[in-house]
Amino acid sequence: MTVAPDPKPPLSSRPHVPERGPALAAGAAPPTRLAARDFHLYYGATHALKGITLEIPSGSVTAIIGPSGCGKSTLLRSFNRMNDLIPGVRTLGHLAVSGVDVGASSTDVVDLRRRVGMVFQRPNPFPKSIFENAAFGLRMLGMSDREVLAQRVEVGLRRAALWDEVKDRLDRSALQLSGGQQQRLCIARCLAVEPEIILMDEPASALDPTATARIEELVLELRGRYTIVVVTHNMQQAARISDHTVFMLQGVLVEHGDTRRVFTSPREKLTEDYITGRFG
Amino acid sequence: MSAAELPVAGPSAPVAPQRSSAEWTGAGFTALSGLAALLIVLMVVVILGEVVWNGWSTVTWEFLAGAPREGMTKGGIFPAIYGTLLLVVLMVVALVPFGVGAAIWLHLYARQESWFTKTVRFAVHNLAGVPSIVFGLFGLGFFIQFVGREMDRALGLDVVWGQPALLWAALTLALLNLPVVIVTTEEALRTVAREQREASLALGATRWQTVRHVLLPQALPGILTGAILAVARGAGEVAPILFTGAAYFLPFLPKSPTDQFMELGYHVFVLATQSPDVDATRPLLYGTVLVLLVLTFLLNLTAILLRARLRARLLGKA
Repeated sequence: MTVAPDPKPPLSSRPHVPERGPALAAGAAPPTRLAARDFHLYYGATHALKGITLEIPSGSVTAIIGPSGCGKSTLLRSFNRMNDLIPGVRTLGHLAVSGVDVGASSTDVVDLRRRVGMVFQRPNPFPKSIFENAAFGLRMLGMSDREVLAQRVEVGLRRAALWDEVKDRLDRSALQLSGGQQQRLCIARCLAVEPEIILMDEPASALDPTATARIEELVLELRGRYTIVVVTHNMQQAARISDHTVFMLQGVLVEHGDTRRVFTSPREKLTEDYITGRFG
Repeated sequence: MSAAELPVAGPSAPVAPQRSSAEWTGAGFTALSGLAALLIVLMVVVILGEVVWNGWSTVTWEFLAGAPREGMTKGGIFPAIYGTLLLVVLMVVALVPFGVGAAIWLHLYARQESWFTKTVRFAVHNLAGVPSIVFGLFGLGFFIQFVGREMDRALGLDVVWGQPALLWAALTLALLNLPVVIVTTEEALRTVAREQREASLALGATRWQTVRHVLLPQALPGILTGAILAVARGAGEVAPILFTGAAYFLPFLPKSPTDQFMELGYHVFVLATQSPDVDATRPLLYGTVLVLLVLTFLLNLTAILLRARLRARLLGKA
């Protein structure tokens, strides 16, 4: 990819990064929650991820940005082994969640996915009631005590900022909710099983601006309590909600760092060109 | 064709006549396809009209609830109705678990490119093309002469299992309809969005839990469609039960799966061709055909209503 050596564009064309305190209270550096070391992934003969190395600290929000097809969703889906569903996928290298080797054959994938929740691009609630959606993961864990379920469901819905809107109609179908509510229900469903990490794959790309804003607020509220990784093609969104930004291009991790630093003084020329909108 | 005759592209080319000939062709095909569609409607109207017109007066309570009398020239068809219902119920009980199980395996567990999976698929598709009379012969050879006789031998019985019976006829019919159920169930599973499956797995559900709580409930309307097709076909198919359990006439109702039974479709055949006095049985024949049609229609209707309700519930409208 060659880019003409234009003069540096004005700073105003860069996404604005708001001021924000640290994700966790000051003190000892937070432990690493997610780590990749020279991680490769192949779809058949296609080399989709090329030697990804990164560490994501506990309680932070990390945004993965990059153009379509750069491998950002593939990387995200590697952390909860969602790529296992695709035939012909092979991986090399090391991937760890809370120090546990994700790729090891001894790893219990079901247990891994309980600890690493995922929110998808399009809201995908089950065609069940709002309550049963939020309780799904708990039921799969074998929980059936109505009271415990109700309580955990409420906590999940409250944390997803949905409780007040749905508390009077928990037995209604989730499909009657608006798109934005459905997506918050999907987040609640994921929070109800108390994961440590939440992976979000372009969680607002199918939503209108108001619903998008609510999802972004929600991410900031959940920050600190959960480790969040958000894939997004929206750089403004990455700038608004993340502590760290990862920029990927054609399966390679180009740059990873503090969001403010990446957006104001990127070290790599490619990052600079991407965030100032010279390609993408 | 010389070059001069070829239509010349350009502003001076005579475009209008060509277009009108294309329009004529189009109108012709529209009329032909419309005629074909009309023919279908006409045939249905003629068949139904003929049957209802001639059979209506025969169908009385006595006809529905009574048994054939006087060499089948009088009386009713209750044993055949009873036998048909038993046959269809037994068939569904045998068919659905196997068909749905096979479809789940094919869709979710099978490695699609392995030779074994390919063989299974090949078998399913070819099974669907086997003529039903061959299924009948297979049922006779496999279920009765092999399975049944071996059971009798093992149990030290005389001839209990090794003869035509309700059970073997139902199993033969189930086998005949297996491909329909497998194909429609797999299709139904395929229409459940990948996102739904991923959402379930991402929440820490096991593969089986995902099948049980997400895929099957959503595929149920589609699975029902397969069952509907099987039932509609099962209630009218005669060839597979000819050798495996249907009886010409029985003075009693079947009480055990090893009994033979009377069946509506076969009874129609018997009345039409095997009666000593065909003219005397003709009103009964029309009546029987009418009952068979109505029964099939009612079975279909029940299943269609059930499916519509399930769909509405899935879409959150009920």
